Amino acid sequence: MAVLVVSFIFSMIFYLALTAGSGTAFYYWSSSELITGVFFSLIAAVLAKKLIGSSGIKPGWQFMNPIRWVKFLVFAFGPFLYNLTKANIDVAGRVITGRIDPGIVKVNTGLKNDFGLMLLANSVTLTPGTLSVDADSKRNLYVHCINLENKDRKCDNVCGSFIKWARRITE
Amino acid sequence: MINEVLYAIMGIGMFFQMMGTLALHRFPDVYTRVHGATKCTTFGSMFLYIGVMAYSALMYFSGDAVYLSMALHIFIVMILILLTNPTGAHAIARAAYRSGVMPVKAKVDMLKGAKL
Repeated sequence: MAVLVVSFIFSMIFYLALTAGSGTAFYYWSSSELITGVFFSLIAAVLAKKLIGSSGIKPGWQFMNPIRWVKFLVFAFGPFLYNLTKANIDVAGRVITGRIDPGIVKVNTGLKNDFGLMLLANSVTLTPGTLSVDADSKRNLYVHCINLENKDRKCDNVCGSFIKWARRITE
Repeated sequence: MINEVLYAIMGIGMFFQMMGTLALHRFPDVYTRVHGATKCTTFGSMFLYIGVMAYSALMYFSGDAVYLSMALHIFIVMILILLTNPTGAHAIARAAYRSGVMPVKAKVDMLKGAKL
């Protein structure tokens, strides 16, 4: 039931954001858009409940805590943005010069839940010369690195401070 | 003056998009190509979106209310691109490895023979 209500509210917020400025019946929205929004949000909520119920994933209620959202925003605009910029200049240089030294490296993450692993894998894919290829049941990540010139293949060099941040945000 | 700054921002975005396309041509195998294609296109589109968002905000504050919804839409698109682009890249790389494509010129391959 809680899954149904929360996914209904979030899809409704999403729909309202997409249709803002359509009329004046209710602040910025026209009445026809509101009715359509409620209808489709209900469909989305029922589908989400069915999907989560059948897959056996536990809903991550700890993410309703606003402190975690603040931590996530600090992470997104701090170290993540910095590394994203660095990665892109690096890859653009490699495209021009063609100097690569690839390999697949195993990273012991030690994370306790799958949300942290998802956050880490996504951030790793978008940052310096690394691409997450696979993960095993013990939440170890297999990362494809485009440049292994420094032969020190420890996870500190591959993921930087991301493991620490993923733990801080999700645990 | 402000328009020129916005053109410059979009120009940077276009440059990174071009690098992403060039990466598909220059790199030897699927993994390195995915590197170029995801990172450069995400960053390049972010610059394009920021340019368009700033332009829409400018038009909104000069009195054209239609542009508010445009800026909002672009913002949502930016967040969705940041979430879905690495996920898609991961899916491609994983599918490639599991169907037997080995990385070319790899020095180490710790995934080979690993228990998943």
